[in-house]
Amino acid sequence: MGSKARVRRTARVPWIPIAIISVIVIMALFAPLLAPYSPIDQTLRDKLLPPAWMTGGSDKYFLGTDAFGRDILSRLIYGARVSLMVAVLALTVGGGVGLAVGIVAGYVGGAVDSVLMRLVDAAFTFPAILFALLLSVTMGQGLGTLVIAITLLLWASFARVIRGEVLSLRQRDFVALARVRGCSAPRIMLTHILPNVLNTFMVLVTLNIGVVIIAEATLSFLGAGIPPPTPTWGLMISEGRGRIADAWWVALIPGIAITLMVLSVNLFGDWLRDRLDPRLRQL
Amino acid sequence: MTPDAKGETVLEVRDLHTHFFLRRGVVKAVDGVSFSLRRGEVLGLVGESGCGKSLTALSLMRLLPKGGAQTIKGEVLLGGENILECTPAEMREIRGRRISMVLQDPQTSLNPVFAIGDQLREALLRRKRAPLTRAPHAEVMKEAVAALRRVEIAAPEQRISQYPHQMSGGMKQRVVGAIAISGEPGVLIADEPTTALDVTIQLQYLKLLKRLQAETGMAILFITHDFGVVGRMCDRVAVMYAGRIVECGPVRRIFEAPQHPYTRALIASVPKMTGPVGRLTTIEGQPPSLMDLPVGCRFASRCSLVEQRCLDAYPGTVRVGDEHTADCWKATPA
Repeated sequence: MGSKARVRRTARVPWIPIAIISVIVIMALFAPLLAPYSPIDQTLRDKLLPPAWMTGGSDKYFLGTDAFGRDILSRLIYGARVSLMVAVLALTVGGGVGLAVGIVAGYVGGAVDSVLMRLVDAAFTFPAILFALLLSVTMGQGLGTLVIAITLLLWASFARVIRGEVLSLRQRDFVALARVRGCSAPRIMLTHILPNVLNTFMVLVTLNIGVVIIAEATLSFLGAGIPPPTPTWGLMISEGRGRIADAWWVALIPGIAITLMVLSVNLFGDWLRDRLDPRLRQL
Repeated sequence: MTPDAKGETVLEVRDLHTHFFLRRGVVKAVDGVSFSLRRGEVLGLVGESGCGKSLTALSLMRLLPKGGAQTIKGEVLLGGENILECTPAEMREIRGRRISMVLQDPQTSLNPVFAIGDQLREALLRRKRAPLTRAPHAEVMKEAVAALRRVEIAAPEQRISQYPHQMSGGMKQRVVGAIAISGEPGVLIADEPTTALDVTIQLQYLKLLKRLQAETGMAILFITHDFGVVGRMCDRVAVMYAGRIVECGPVRRIFEAPQHPYTRALIASVPKMTGPVGRLTTIEGQPPSLMDLPVGCRFASRCSLVEQRCLDAYPGTVRVGDEHTADCWKATPA
């Protein structure tokens, strides 16, 4: 920790990842203004056109079209919306639940800890995808179902990591001195433990953005996610999967989008973690 | 509080027993400790590692470590009220306002993610029972600056916005001290507060504690294993061995005429500034296991003056002088 390499990297703001994330967020926010076509309307005459710069490509469709003649650029722009929405909701709910459970289990300890951690163990043994399928059958497909399914997948890993962190924090003297000062347990958890695990939480969130986007893609692929024809990046990959040999752009373009997004978020999270660590500030 | 009202008893501990209940057996870490603390006085609690000093302190705060520790017997009278009978909510009111504590390691005593000012602010607002959100920020920060100035931190206006890692160990320990006394407690427990500081800083810190005590009239329970610090800081000393206080008396008396063989051996094992340089005396052997204490005197197995009666029964507490007691068969009553 605190090596020279780390410090030097801290000083450099990751402009490229920030730019990529900004572009994707702007795409998601202003999709109707930015997309050249409707993401749903089919133009079968123009199906499976390659991107504009390739032979046979059309200037009308910059990134080409899919098997139904829908504009891939437009679907990508609208797809960012769904992917980001799912990521934000699932990480807020799942991460929040995991954070709360981890702090309570770690700080209170004893029987409370045992019960909560057995729940976490149970959540880990649970086949999340099977459960998601079950949910989509009983509740119907849609954003809510997807968020609940991904939340159930996420919270346990958050809880386990945060609890470990809290166990070591609890031993530190500043917690003992907060008790000496007469602070109540909820107050210590909120004002002394929570800020100390936020860095870990941020790292978990950034690492899990990729997990969530991929989980959303998997579930959409299996038909348990957002129902077609609403575009999501995962759905676009699965739709292009069968034609990877002759129309590779249909699957590859959303694949590149997911890769860029996950990579950028991870690089940004890394930098953010270093910035948030007061031990590294003003070095 | 006026400093001149010295002498009134603020804390009295009677026959305190704190044991660890483990699967392997009962560890009698604090086993019948009694002492009293008067306003404006520093009582040193000395003894080797594992003799129960720190656990005694934690028992007074009722902040026992998790994992089977329990105070099973005794009274802790703070201003006449037995705080062992208080509810957890009442204890929270007592902690920080009437009894406070400074710990050994300044490195971990402060929350690393908050600026110094914010940590002082929490303590200052708790004292006033003010809701944390509604207090005017500037005013509290002014108080925080004053609190830092009181513990002799240079340039407190700048320090207040700094984080713990930007300060030296000695400075951090001063901040910890400022937080501990912000509630103007009548009793301060200092658990080896200078052990982690280097020697020159130690002296400054001890002088600071003395000065603060003179200003506030608080009583200090000073836990240490360093007899040099005891001589500088304390008015009275209690020597602890294997869960009990074996000798207690005024500093001068303990240094000049120790009555318990253990105290004598401890003092003999401190290097002296004067006289010929020879081998330092050591105490042979090990203290008894706290899970399997002997019926007789606990120091008997290491004592050079041991007799049969020492092994057969624990000696009572003998009054050997003015305010001076010793738990030894050989002590001569005054």
